[in-house]
Amino acid sequence: MIDIINIVRDNWILLLIGQYPNGPLGGLAITLLLSVAGLALAFPVSILLAIARVSPLRWIRLPATVVVYVVRGVPLIMFIFWVYFFVPLLIGSTVSGFTTMLITLVIYQAAYLAEVIRAGIEGLPRGQSEAARALGMSYMQTIVNIILPQALYNMLPAMVSQFVSTIKETSLGYVISVNELTFAANQVNSTLLTKPFPVFMLLALIYFLLCFSLSQFAHFLERRISKKRAGVGAGNKKPAEPDVNLVIAQAVE
Amino acid sequence: MNSKLDFSVLLDPVYRHWIFDGIVTMLQLTAFAWLLAIVLGTLLALIRMTQNRWAERAVSVYVEYHRNVPMLVQIFIWYFGVPTLLSPAVQHWINAQRSEFLFAFIAVGMCMAAYMSEDLRSGIRSIPKSQLEASRALGLSYLQAFRLIILPQAVRIALPTLISHTVLLFKNTSLAMAIGVAELTYATREIESQSFRTIEIYIVATSIYLAISLLIMAAGAGLQHRYRIKAR
Repeated sequence: MIDIINIVRDNWILLLIGQYPNGPLGGLAITLLLSVAGLALAFPVSILLAIARVSPLRWIRLPATVVVYVVRGVPLIMFIFWVYFFVPLLIGSTVSGFTTMLITLVIYQAAYLAEVIRAGIEGLPRGQSEAARALGMSYMQTIVNIILPQALYNMLPAMVSQFVSTIKETSLGYVISVNELTFAANQVNSTLLTKPFPVFMLLALIYFLLCFSLSQFAHFLERRISKKRAGVGAGNKKPAEPDVNLVIAQAVE
Repeated sequence: MNSKLDFSVLLDPVYRHWIFDGIVTMLQLTAFAWLLAIVLGTLLALIRMTQNRWAERAVSVYVEYHRNVPMLVQIFIWYFGVPTLLSPAVQHWINAQRSEFLFAFIAVGMCMAAYMSEDLRSGIRSIPKSQLEASRALGLSYLQAFRLIILPQAVRIALPTLISHTVLLFKNTSLAMAIGVAELTYATREIESQSFRTIEIYIVATSIYLAISLLIMAAGAGLQHRYRIKAR
């Protein structure tokens, strides 16, 4: 315990921002930057993928399904190496470790997030899209105005969990020497040499505090949203059935 | 960029050997870690069901720790950290073994046990309590009721998440390359740096991972179909 406190006292700047004012930004700052940017950029892609996954048209559905299955079936580390070797070949110039990791995370998270959003879409009762179509909306209007807002709202907790996964995944940046938190902790470890256990416990603790509080926030959202949905369909066995007035109100907006 | 794909380089006996060994190590790691995860996961789920407050709290700390810390960091703690806590004699003995394999297997297995115990727990929780009461009233002991009535249904309900976590476990064995376990990703890196046939070796390795993942998913879907609870 004393060891951990000493390590924090001597290295907190390195762990927090790397060598920043005198060198590149690193540490926890890069971990957070990578995960926020990764998820934010993955989000629009994942919406497109999710819509493609539930499309009635086979030639749209099929490629999206292939993408999702390939990403789900291949380790993240393999994607990191693919991007690491082939993006420079494609664009003809070198790419920083940060960019490599960011591209990888966007591809990877887009596929996982797409599955979350698809689950949200499929979790809505069919009556929703049928009612919207009956009211004269086009397929795209139905998706954009009726289905997506509800699906995204219902899946908010799962998206927060996905953010937690992204934070954990940035630790793999270590293998291609991205200056993130795990890399910084390894630097600390190799300067101290004799204290690997406290160093890595400290590293685990930082990740834990960050991810655990986000996970708890996801639980909180989940409870809140399910309460809200149960409230809307008062007395109804299927809480997913919203009020008809609500559907029409949304349609008019 | 190489103008043409040439897989023949990979038929070189040395490379073939590396790939093969990599696959074997990867599968061993997967199998051992999976066994550890499912046994420990079941135990943890059972402990949580006893409704002893302290036991429950201990399990939930275990689960939250393993789910909220990156697996790579857990592997580092086991491989770099834990040996320094042991006596020098034990350290020597461990170093003489395949210590990186041992620690990778423990780290991956213990981490995935947390996920699997949660899968099983939510499966168990979805079985109405009256079933346990009914089986007890019919004269089954607590353990009998659990084994014969609750668990078979709970496992069926938990199956989809158990399968996706099995795939996750399989994929995460690749992280063992970071501590030098010579599994498939490690072998791929080695061959790439020796032969410079980057595209070819990555295509091969990626296809192997994908094929095995899809196989696990397909086997899982088969199991689900075979053991589904038939609607009456």
